[in-house]
Amino acid sequence: MEGFLHQILSGLATGGIYAAIALSLVMIYQATHHINFAQGEMAMFSTYLAWMMIDAGLPYWVAFAGTVALSFVLGVLIERIVIRPVEHAPVLSVVIVFIALLVILNSLAGWIFSYTIKTFPSPFTWQGSQNGYLSPHELGTIGVTLIVLTALFLFFRFTSLGLAMRAAAQNPVSSRLAGIRVGWMLALGWGLAAAIGAIAGMMIAPVVYLDPNMMAGVMLYAFAAALLGGIDNPFGAVVGGFVVGVVENLAGAYVVGTELKLTVALVLIIGVLLFRPTGLFGRRYVTRV
Amino acid sequence: MDQHATTRGQGLRMAAVIAAMAVLVALPFFISDYRTFQFTQAIVYAIVLVGLNLLTGYNGQISLGHGAFYAVGAYTAAILMEHFGVPYWATVPAAGLVCFGFGFLFGLPALRLHGHYLALATFALAVATPQVLKVRHLEAWTGGVQGIVIIKPDPPFGLPLSQDRWLYFFTLAVAMLLFLAAWNLVRGRAGRAMVALRDHPIAAEAMGVNGAMVKSTVFGISALYTGIGGALGAIAVQFVAPDSFGTFLSISFVVGIVVGGLATLSGAIWGALFIQFVPNVADQISKAAPWAIYGAVLLVFIYVAPGGVAYLLSRVWGKLRR
Repeated sequence: MEGFLHQILSGLATGGIYAAIALSLVMIYQATHHINFAQGEMAMFSTYLAWMMIDAGLPYWVAFAGTVALSFVLGVLIERIVIRPVEHAPVLSVVIVFIALLVILNSLAGWIFSYTIKTFPSPFTWQGSQNGYLSPHELGTIGVTLIVLTALFLFFRFTSLGLAMRAAAQNPVSSRLAGIRVGWMLALGWGLAAAIGAIAGMMIAPVVYLDPNMMAGVMLYAFAAALLGGIDNPFGAVVGGFVVGVVENLAGAYVVGTELKLTVALVLIIGVLLFRPTGLFGRRYVTRV
Repeated sequence: MDQHATTRGQGLRMAAVIAAMAVLVALPFFISDYRTFQFTQAIVYAIVLVGLNLLTGYNGQISLGHGAFYAVGAYTAAILMEHFGVPYWATVPAAGLVCFGFGFLFGLPALRLHGHYLALATFALAVATPQVLKVRHLEAWTGGVQGIVIIKPDPPFGLPLSQDRWLYFFTLAVAMLLFLAAWNLVRGRAGRAMVALRDHPIAAEAMGVNGAMVKSTVFGISALYTGIGGALGAIAVQFVAPDSFGTFLSISFVVGIVVGGLATLSGAIWGALFIQFVPNVADQISKAAPWAIYGAVLLVFIYVAPGGVAYLLSRVWGKLRR
């Protein structure tokens, strides 16, 4: 029983990371109806930036803040330079651009930082709750995720910029007529998504270690989480993240073993797409012929 | 353009095709065994790219997971040869049939997925493939992480050819058959149905095209091509192992069809040459260089020349003829 509880709790910890990345996927999907295949590689690249800063001697939290800010800027730049030209292109072109981005970020990271696996420090190293169910890092991860989610909620709910971004995503034409610069709102959305991804990357890196391919598995689970919660619903994505984290851990511990963890994600993704394409909390869209 | 000019154009094109075939047949006698092996691999990729292009280019179903079908084909061939003593040439159609089944079955649920969602589902398939191949329960068949070693076939009837050259001709023959079949498919009734479903699914169904049947059959045929490619590739490389069928294999197939040109058959050749030889050259700069180049080339083609090399060439060809 104790083991079971432990599996659930540490599932919640990784689930928090999936929730964060799923949230950044949803953020871009809501605004543009594109699924960003490069989200994981963006997070990976940000984590390398953090590693570089820490390696240069900066204290952890300074590097953390610096990475989040830098990732935000990079996210905005990527939207402006790479995504903007295919804004109205067919789906296939957009998917290929995302794949190109994925490949470029992956190889750049390998080129600059080498493919050798690096350790990444965790800031949560206090002693004390060692006998408890969660390691300090897992506890810290859950805390950070909750802080990020609350901050985002407050931002979108109570600031005028947040309102403008929501409006631009929901009805670009009317928003433009009301004086909102829709293009920049999209770029800001990309920036935010990149920043959230960076935080998720820095939280998962101490667990999976730092290497250019570290995000492949994480990304798959984030996709599953976003789909399970409903890809157009931020709240759903967060719930989906936690659910998927727990499911992954339980399935890994009791059903299929750690070897097939990625297949669990594949089955989840295809299952959701087949039986409930809108996810648990998504809205159903009906289009006119 | 009058009738006469058209026939002359067709005659010229026919001459170009025959010349290209002559070059392909003569090629292995002028290069080393190793280079021959590389060209065999390029032909294998060309087969795969034709298959992927039927699905993505002509039928508009995005697949980022064709590496999985390639792996199924490769493993089918390897297992048949290793455990059942089936001769290598018989494993090729077998791999095709097995993959047709897999592709058709995957195509059924894929019917309900459009655009991004299909890309996502197939992407997940690509990421999960190596893990599935490593599963312990199948280890007796798949060889687990170790994979399976295949023995390179000798040329039949005592032909005075090296093994590599024989395999080149064998692969080339299969490829030509498959190209011919694809060419017949796309210019006929089925091809028009595929394109109609891509461009306007609702109108196509209103015209009496059975959307579900056509789409899942195309998925099956596409997987069949990819599986045959996988089997031939496995025989050429003499080895199958889970980690050679990862996400990046699937992505390089996508790179191939974009570079060659979507919805063209001749593009498969250019795409295959690209994904076979560019990494070889770029590898000398850095381990990461091939992928950086792939990414950059993808962007350039999408922004500047969405029709790929085949489109560029046909424009040059048109200019020359005038």
